[in-house]
Amino acid sequence: MAEIRVQHLRKAFGDFVAVQDSNFVVEDGEFFVMLGPSGCGKTTTLRMIAGLELPTGGEILLGGEDVTMRRARERDIAFVFQLFALYPHMNVRKNIGFPLLAQGMPSAEIRTRVEETAKLLRIDHLLNKSVSGLAGGDRQRVALGRAIVRRPKCFLMDEPLGTLDTEFRDLMVHELRELHNRIHATTVYVTHDQMEAMSMADKIAVMNHGVIEQFGTPREIYDRPATMFVADFIGSPPMNFLRFGGGLAKGANEIVVQGAKVVVPEVREDIAPGDMALGIRPEHIRFDDTSKLRGAIYGTEYLGTTQIVAVETADGIIKARVPAEIRLATGDHVGLALSSARLSLFEKGSGRAVRTAIYDVASERRAQHG
Amino acid sequence: MSLTTAHSVVAPSANSKRIAGAIIIAYALISIVPLLWIFATSFKTPPDSIAYPPKILFQPSLEGYCNLFTTRTRQTPEYINSLGPATSFCDETTRMRNMVIAGPSNFVPRFVNSLIIAFGSTFCAVFLGTLSAYGFSRFKVPLADDLLFFILSTRMMPPIAVAIPIYLMYRELGLSDTALGMILLYTAVNVSLAVWLLKGFIDEIPREYEEAAMIDGYTRLQAFWRTVLPQATTGIAATAIFCLIFAWNEYAFAALLTSGTAQTAPPFIPTIIGEGGQDWPAVAAGTTIFLVPILVFTILLRKQLLRGITFGAVRK
Repeated sequence: MAEIRVQHLRKAFGDFVAVQDSNFVVEDGEFFVMLGPSGCGKTTTLRMIAGLELPTGGEILLGGEDVTMRRARERDIAFVFQLFALYPHMNVRKNIGFPLLAQGMPSAEIRTRVEETAKLLRIDHLLNKSVSGLAGGDRQRVALGRAIVRRPKCFLMDEPLGTLDTEFRDLMVHELRELHNRIHATTVYVTHDQMEAMSMADKIAVMNHGVIEQFGTPREIYDRPATMFVADFIGSPPMNFLRFGGGLAKGANEIVVQGAKVVVPEVREDIAPGDMALGIRPEHIRFDDTSKLRGAIYGTEYLGTTQIVAVETADGIIKARVPAEIRLATGDHVGLALSSARLSLFEKGSGRAVRTAIYDVASERRAQHG
Repeated sequence: MSLTTAHSVVAPSANSKRIAGAIIIAYALISIVPLLWIFATSFKTPPDSIAYPPKILFQPSLEGYCNLFTTRTRQTPEYINSLGPATSFCDETTRMRNMVIAGPSNFVPRFVNSLIIAFGSTFCAVFLGTLSAYGFSRFKVPLADDLLFFILSTRMMPPIAVAIPIYLMYRELGLSDTALGMILLYTAVNVSLAVWLLKGFIDEIPREYEEAAMIDGYTRLQAFWRTVLPQATTGIAATAIFCLIFAWNEYAFAALLTSGTAQTAPPFIPTIIGEGGQDWPAVAAGTTIFLVPILVFTILLRKQLLRGITFGAVRK
């Protein structure tokens, strides 16, 4: 196992820049997820780490070794493809043993290694079956088996759960994380599904238009989104934004939104006057008739333990997650109280988060990773 | 009470099935009757083969096959009577026509030429076609579309249009009437078909298979050999049949460029007719035997052929 270090990585296809100057470090044994919408460059980054694409610029270091221009087969990595890429003309045993065959390992040893791996993944009863008859989850396990059998430096996975149905997907998320906890393999996992990312990752990089918008733990990314894109991309429903104008001074802890005063975490930098946005997670909104921030109920979505309530304010619709017991009728006027300690502030133009008391830790980390 | 519909929306109705059946039977008859007629003629005696009205029922005879494999000379009855007893069935039949067997005919060597040239050129065309189709499918080839068009354009003119230049070229190069020359020529013609057909098949095979193999420690050629080729067998089989049928049946080039040692069966068979009257049974016998290899090859590969033709119609 090894650490993966990506420095100033860049990839352009003609005029289209897929990845711009990416920098991150995946530490040894870490489960790292690259998350972003389709076309954000996450798969391209992964394929460059694998050696399936050559970068236009930058370096990739595997365990301290520069492998930027090495061939895929010389990098000692394993890759799990979205469509699994199980060879249809081989049975499960041959599929899993295929990477070992390339190393010229004696067949008796291949046999033991394949059986060990199959036991680890609980597919030892399927070894002599054809791969075409397998269910989605079992195909996934065979693909994983083919990856771990060789004990490579790291695992790369490209949306490996993308084609599974929901039931299997939840099961596999659990299994993948459990497998990771047992073998501690450095893993880079690409997905567009925030639930997968949040539930499995040690670290997440949120990407958009070839740029890493934020690099951090799931908790950092959810609680302290670095940009409006991240705030909007993570969370379901996403973070609400309320516009407000004017600048901010260092030490300020109050802003005015729609004529109502809102207490916010202490601001740690001076911001020149301009368009700003207040970011509020749906679960940080309560209904409070004494609040001056008001709106009318637009609709509700009942989810059992909670409900999502859409409230029409002077600045458009915002969504609140409130306990399911509260009875609400469309058209009711409500006051909105916000959990002051959990709010984020953004510069609207750049989308950048303003440094506040809760952000200080995150900002330091961001500075480290450029 | 259960609700039943009068007809299924997806299954064809009984009437359309009957009509479709009738059309298929009619088409099958049109295709098969000439073949059956040739097959029947090969077992007729020469008089029966030109009888009018045509004989549907007749006494089968192997005279056509005897005549196909032998050359004969006319002799006087006295000379024939002076010979000892006939040594074989063919000997006997020949003597009844006042002739004696002079020696074996050229049919067997010509047939062997056909086998060598057709299978040899098919192998070359499929081999080159598979590799170039893989290249076109997987790599950024500069001017790929123009190259593909150029490859196809070799098929656009009738063979006879290029036959004269090729004839002159072959004469200069000493390739006239050689098996090598014919293999090269048929390979050149077939490789365009092979590249186009196989590119379609290989495009359908996801790149992930080779990428997986290359990450797992194989070179590209090994990955191609172990993961792409096994999945392309259907396409390769279908392509091979098409190439083989062309090379096997080709007449124009063969008639012009071969005359002796490298002559293939198609230009040879019509020459049988000139030897001692219109020997239709011998021609029919030659044609019947000529059909066998293609028939066997197609039957052996019919599963792949059928899958090959419908390949890619529905994505799995």
